[in-house]
Amino acid sequence: MTTRGFTGRQRTPDTTGRIPPGQSETHDFPVLSAGPTPHIRTEEWSFTLKVGPKPVKCWNWAEFNALPQTDVTGDIHCVTQWSKLDTAWRGVSIDDVLAAAALTPPTKFTLVHSFDGYSTNVPTADLIGGKAMVALRYAGEPLAAEHGGPARLLVPHLYFWKSAKWVNGLQFTAQDEAGFWELRGYHMYGDPWREQRFSGD
Amino acid sequence: MTETESAIPAGSAALRWQRATITQILARTPGIRSYLLSLPEPMSFRAGQHVDVRLTAPDGYQARRSYSIASAPEAGGAIELVIERLGGGEVSPFFHEVAAVGDAIELRGPIGGHFIWSAPSGGPLILVGSGSGVVPLMCMIRHRAAQRSTAPALLLFSAKTWDDVIFRDELLALDAADNGFELVLALTRDGIRRAGDYSRRVDAAMMRGVLARVASQPRYVFVCGSNPFVESASQGLIDAGIAAALIRTERYGG
Repeated sequence: MTTRGFTGRQRTPDTTGRIPPGQSETHDFPVLSAGPTPHIRTEEWSFTLKVGPKPVKCWNWAEFNALPQTDVTGDIHCVTQWSKLDTAWRGVSIDDVLAAAALTPPTKFTLVHSFDGYSTNVPTADLIGGKAMVALRYAGEPLAAEHGGPARLLVPHLYFWKSAKWVNGLQFTAQDEAGFWELRGYHMYGDPWREQRFSGD
Repeated sequence: MTETESAIPAGSAALRWQRATITQILARTPGIRSYLLSLPEPMSFRAGQHVDVRLTAPDGYQARRSYSIASAPEAGGAIELVIERLGGGEVSPFFHEVAAVGDAIELRGPIGGHFIWSAPSGGPLILVGSGSGVVPLMCMIRHRAAQRSTAPALLLFSAKTWDDVIFRDELLALDAADNGFELVLALTRDGIRRAGDYSRRVDAAMMRGVLARVASQPRYVFVCGSNPFVESASQGLIDAGIAAALIRTERYGG
């Protein structure tokens, strides 16, 4: 349906082929979260791997920062319809996290947990093979609290709510368990190229 | 962030786009108007939810925006969206300069399952908003009134001036009706006209003063506005003793 009288301001078509359907490019870095920004001191920071309810490995900030770090530059896509290109991150890949724990992914499903009680589900296959990291730095600087610092998950090929801010652990689960937004109507997988915004999309 | 209020059950049918019709346009403040939209398929929603609006140009180009619903779920018929004219935008200038009564607008919803309140959930309910961030809070206030809820509710509304207070007359009337609802204004560029209002930006001292007006510990706290406003208001509430986990936020501009 054409909207009477609407022409649109932006007539710059996406020449990069990197903007998924229904998204537009932003040069800002908008902040969206369900609650206040927690300010987590690195002295109280920790990261825990769990298999089901059982913790199998835990790192403090210094230990985690001593793991091999990787640089990644790529595009991110928020379900609120902005995309940001060429974002530069540094952190520990999930492959390296698992290697440091000598853990082979035990299940096909992962629930990502955060300090503020947030959670989100990501298939394990989408976290390994260089697809995801625990990001510690953005654009050369320590990650700001409002963007998820000290550390956030980075799964850039899925909508950005999957890249949990203030991450404090991964839990391997036997079933695909919905996280915070997934319980509230958002998509279980969240592929921006298939516009999987809401349940049923 | 412990309570799950699933607004859209997992596995439900896709949210369908529907063709709404503008039935009324109301000036709310110099830069803000309400658009009442009648829906071919009535929408059952919860106070605080939003809809996505989609505009399509003749060449197929589409622009989408999310707008909170201002009208109560009980209102029936049309839903009310509040649109502020933003410089450099493409959707809000369309609504302010082109859209007219009778025009068809595509939308889908309701969306959102966290920033919501229902009368049976009770109170006290603390609502903190700035500018058009008051819209989802207004929906909760209207829902509370429609349900004749006795849950204590307080709205701390930050606006630049007295004339920028969206829904001012309706809020003043609800406040005067003394039914457990209290309105507190924080005017950032204007003097106060009512006892108990403030003539400054929100801060922790203001939050302490506002919370003292509510008899018991808040059960729900909702904060909505621009990201800087939400950050400072939330921090003020935390400094005033509200648990971070109790505070639900919605930020626009993102």
